[in-house]
Amino acid sequence: MARITELLVNGGRRRIDVDSDRTLLSVLRDDLDLTGSKFGCGEGQCAACTVLVDGAALKSCLTKVGAVAGKHIVTIEGLAPEGKLHPVQQAFLDADAMQCGYCTPGMILGAVALLRRTPSPTESEIASGMNGHICRCGTYPRVVRAIQSAAGKGGRA
Amino acid sequence: MKRRDFFAVLGGGIVVLLDDEIYAQETGGPRRGAAGAAPVEIGAWLHIGESGVVTVYTGKVEVGQNARTSLTQAVVEELHAPPSSVNIEMADTDLTPFDIGTVGSMTTPRMWPQIRRAAAAAREMLLDLAAQKWSVNRDALTVADGKVSGGGRSAGFGELTRGEKWTRTIPASVPLAEATEWKTAGKSMPKVNGLAMVTGAHKYTYDLTRPGMLHAKVLYPPQFGATLLSLDAAAAEAMPGVKVVHEGNFVAVAAPQADTAAKAVAALKAQWKPVTAEADSHSVFRYFKQTAQGGAPAGSLTPYTIAYIAHVPLEPRAALAEWEGDKVTVWTGSQRPFGVRSELAQAFGIPEEKARVIVPDTGSGYGGKHNGDAALEAARIAKAVGKPVKRNWTREEEMTWAYFRPGGLIEVAGKAAADGSITEWEFHNYNSGGSGLQSPYSIPAKKEQFHQSKSPLRQGSYRGLAATANHFVRESYMDELAQSVKLDPLEFRLKNAKDERLRGVIVAAADKFGWKARRKTAGRGFGIAAGFEKGGYVATCAEVNVDAKTGAVKVLRAVVAFECGAVVNPEHLRNQVEGAIVMGLGGALFEEIQFGEGKIVTNRLAKYRVPRFADMPVIESVLLDRKDIVSAGAGETPIVGIAPAIGNAIFDASGKRIRRLPLMA
Repeated sequence: MARITELLVNGGRRRIDVDSDRTLLSVLRDDLDLTGSKFGCGEGQCAACTVLVDGAALKSCLTKVGAVAGKHIVTIEGLAPEGKLHPVQQAFLDADAMQCGYCTPGMILGAVALLRRTPSPTESEIASGMNGHICRCGTYPRVVRAIQSAAGKGGRA
Repeated sequence: MKRRDFFAVLGGGIVVLLDDEIYAQETGGPRRGAAGAAPVEIGAWLHIGESGVVTVYTGKVEVGQNARTSLTQAVVEELHAPPSSVNIEMADTDLTPFDIGTVGSMTTPRMWPQIRRAAAAAREMLLDLAAQKWSVNRDALTVADGKVSGGGRSAGFGELTRGEKWTRTIPASVPLAEATEWKTAGKSMPKVNGLAMVTGAHKYTYDLTRPGMLHAKVLYPPQFGATLLSLDAAAAEAMPGVKVVHEGNFVAVAAPQADTAAKAVAALKAQWKPVTAEADSHSVFRYFKQTAQGGAPAGSLTPYTIAYIAHVPLEPRAALAEWEGDKVTVWTGSQRPFGVRSELAQAFGIPEEKARVIVPDTGSGYGGKHNGDAALEAARIAKAVGKPVKRNWTREEEMTWAYFRPGGLIEVAGKAAADGSITEWEFHNYNSGGSGLQSPYSIPAKKEQFHQSKSPLRQGSYRGLAATANHFVRESYMDELAQSVKLDPLEFRLKNAKDERLRGVIVAAADKFGWKARRKTAGRGFGIAAGFEKGGYVATCAEVNVDAKTGAVKVLRAVVAFECGAVVNPEHLRNQVEGAIVMGLGGALFEEIQFGEGKIVTNRLAKYRVPRFADMPVIESVLLDRKDIVSAGAGETPIVGIAPAIGNAIFDASGKRIRRLPLMA
């Protein structure tokens, strides 16, 4: 079976040695200790595992690691590399857009990707753009507010 | 932690122990062989160390309800220390006092005032210390911003407690300042560990590892109750690093990598003895009535049905277990760490002090994580393989082998006089539970009974318990009665509501919603529902659109008025109220566990629909802050009104009375 020996993650080259058919989520979590990407369902239904690949949101639980070799992967740990929060992270804090926080990393990365596609989304564009993300605590209205607020503060960055 | 160990473990400083005999009695106190040698009735303790850090020890857990934040507020309120200097040590059975569990919305009414009392006592100790050290009159001293000042001097808490080893035990009956006097409490404080959530730094149980750890999978039977006839584990055992554990009906595998463990469990060849299931999701309501103890005569009342639903916490059950000699430590997401400790002690025949349960802040629970299923599995496999073992449940396992909110059959009858007064009321709940069974309206002749039945599925707690089912039926039937005497649903409720707090939320919700000014148009409907549960009052109004052709329902707007006494943290209360409405939408509209032949059919998120962004109505909340009433918990009660408000709105829109949950089945 083909092996993958390197991933471009959060701006760095990470050495690994894994089967190419492993899921990206399991490699990030188990081999690279990047546990900010969450396992929620393993069937692409909840988007807690969302990461950015070349700037677009991808469900890492359904993505084979072989498919993203050589591409630029950003996980939640890489969104604020200098310790300065990304505007979307700050907006989630300001809006208290979380309760248990388990969906939050995926939500934030999904929101970053949404704002890249649609810099000033309407409420219904946010709802349809984020509809793949599940928050069981029910913070959806706050997430919508956070994304609107981030859109006004350079959340696209 | 043993009392004499406090200062050895924590370093010098001062300690306040809160002696809460009433709480200990209510909660049953620590079980036999409890680990701590601290007095059995200690409900919480607080330490101020030489670095100035204030640490509170409580057996409560954080599952997203923001108890960590509200308990921090309790400390800041009394001790006037900056929130960043307060550390809440939660749910570690070796370090924190016994606690019955984070259940029943009890953290705010019971733990919150305890922590305030402990913090207030610590403040007095700091004043004593400063007065003594500086030889000044105590009355000349003030405490603010983590410092004691007066007589021309000022010192931080750490400086004052340096070199001290002073313990004070206080009774839980110490009077506290009224809510009208609050400085920090009653205002919004952001989630204290929000930063760890938005950066992905927080480690949930699912994320934890230990050196040398193996990942484990359990081979579950194909049907509930099936027994193992034979097992061929040769292929699994031949895989590198794989260990197979086989003890009676229990079969598991462990491997250094999670995906190897998954492959190994798939390679097991097992034969199971099939079982004949007694009921499926269609026949179960009849089954409840057949197997019930008591009940109403057949056909005499109006039946409503309530489906089983799943909690679907986004973090599935998980546990990490490690044995050191005869002592086991388990990290797991549970709402009852001490209950899990008891389960471990019982399962392995060890004293409770030989089991330590640690609960990291957990990816939610909603009443679904009361027991130690994953903890027991991990500990059992870890013991067998002699290494730390991680047991992360998959979504399918979570949706099959956890427990469910009970399904139920509810039968109801009643009569209203021409003026709208309810004269008779009869209400029978089969299987779903007794919470919220009693009508909060004033009715002269009432009969309200819960009948235990057999449940074909494993069932247990859920946010709001049976209050959701009982409120759904009662408030739906209230509208049926209002209709029978041609009264407006709001008017009918106010006619029968004598409790002023109940009237308060009904009027507040109706006003905010614009009930009286509502305009009926084709397909549009409006509904109202109200109730009381766990010390809180709630009224909910909903506006829906029902598609004339398809019957599809879209909830457009929901207004909730909630009153739970004095509000501790308005923003987090609002977050709970909104969250309860969102979660409640699922059970109201479409969540339903389908099962048959001893199997769960809806065992994945692709088959079990939960609320999403696109399902969101406009949600507005009205918080009635009653500073004259002791704060009650708020995690559960706001959920109970949404289903009947929607059901009533659907009737208003379409003339169709739907007597089942979910409404859209």
